[in-house]
Amino acid sequence: MAAEHGPTAGEYIVHHLTHLQNQKPKSVMDFSVFNYDSIFWSITLGVVGCWLLWLAARKATSGVPGRFQAAVEVLVDMVDTQAKGIVHNAESRKLVAPLALTVFVWILLLNAMDLLPVDLLPVIFEKAYAIAGHDPHHAYMRVVPTADLSVTMGLSLGVLLVCLFYNVKIKGLGGWIHELFTAPFGSHPVLWPFNFLMQIIEFVAKTVSHGMRLFGNMYAGELIFMLITLMGGAWSLSATGIALAVGHIIAGSAWAIFHILIITLQAFVFMMLTLVYIGQAHDAH
Amino acid sequence: MEVISFVALAAGLIIGLGAVGACIGIGIMGSKYLEAAARQPELMNELQTKMFLLAGLIDAAFIIGTGIALWFATANPFLAQIANLPK
Repeated sequence: MAAEHGPTAGEYIVHHLTHLQNQKPKSVMDFSVFNYDSIFWSITLGVVGCWLLWLAARKATSGVPGRFQAAVEVLVDMVDTQAKGIVHNAESRKLVAPLALTVFVWILLLNAMDLLPVDLLPVIFEKAYAIAGHDPHHAYMRVVPTADLSVTMGLSLGVLLVCLFYNVKIKGLGGWIHELFTAPFGSHPVLWPFNFLMQIIEFVAKTVSHGMRLFGNMYAGELIFMLITLMGGAWSLSATGIALAVGHIIAGSAWAIFHILIITLQAFVFMMLTLVYIGQAHDAH
Repeated sequence: MEVISFVALAAGLIIGLGAVGACIGIGIMGSKYLEAAARQPELMNELQTKMFLLAGLIDAAFIIGTGIALWFATANPFLAQIANLPK
């Protein structure tokens, strides 16, 4: 076997940032590329989230609740309070409040994959890949689906579609089109192009920022975990080496604790903005 | 080589300037929250929820910028363009 060198720092990071894809993207936006790892982990964690909530729901008693049921009730109560405060239409809340709960729980689980050790699942996958007979150098696995722009933009596009649906349902198709051309500046025909332009910009900006906020947070968090891992990988029996190893443990713990706040906060922010955007679809300008 | 040095400078500027904006914004918002909590302590919990929401929103543009800058720093798309230029 030819002598191989271990990966350099740059190679290590690039390896960990590559998705398990059906083909390489030919440009920045290539819709024929599928990231199998993101798809697999999002579906798996969605099923796990549904299963956990189902476990609480099937044994729900109206008597004194157990700890697990109480925890789920706290969660559902929190989402319900926020939904009641933002979406004032009780009929819409029948769909929107469970949608907000789904978004919060799912994104929290997807984000929480970032807390696993950086190499754990990729190395397991690499071993399985090698046993199955493929070249282990191409065994890419990215385990945080929300660090994939496709997943977060997909979530925010889903929210946009729900908003458009509610716009048409509450205001009627004609009413909504009238609003597209006459709000926010006024109903004089001269202002119609500017109104329409502003409305389109508003929809695009809300959707893009919704998706990219979550992506940016998770991608940056994942990258910093990888850089901390490199610190640990560079340890040796010299003063610098031992300092790097100790620093790696301290920095890793501090960043992981801070990241617990970030993942919960970002899931909460995504849920609140979902509620706010759908609530805006109910308001007439 | 010039492209690499410019990309490194750009990544630093993106992260630094974004951090300036985000930190000043959080500072102003946090000070307003503390003033409000001091004036009306009974609203502290409700306002705290809203404060965290605003913190997430203020950090958004900065962290999007950091994500893009780190992307350029590691998997630089400009190098691929140079490699594809006709010789």
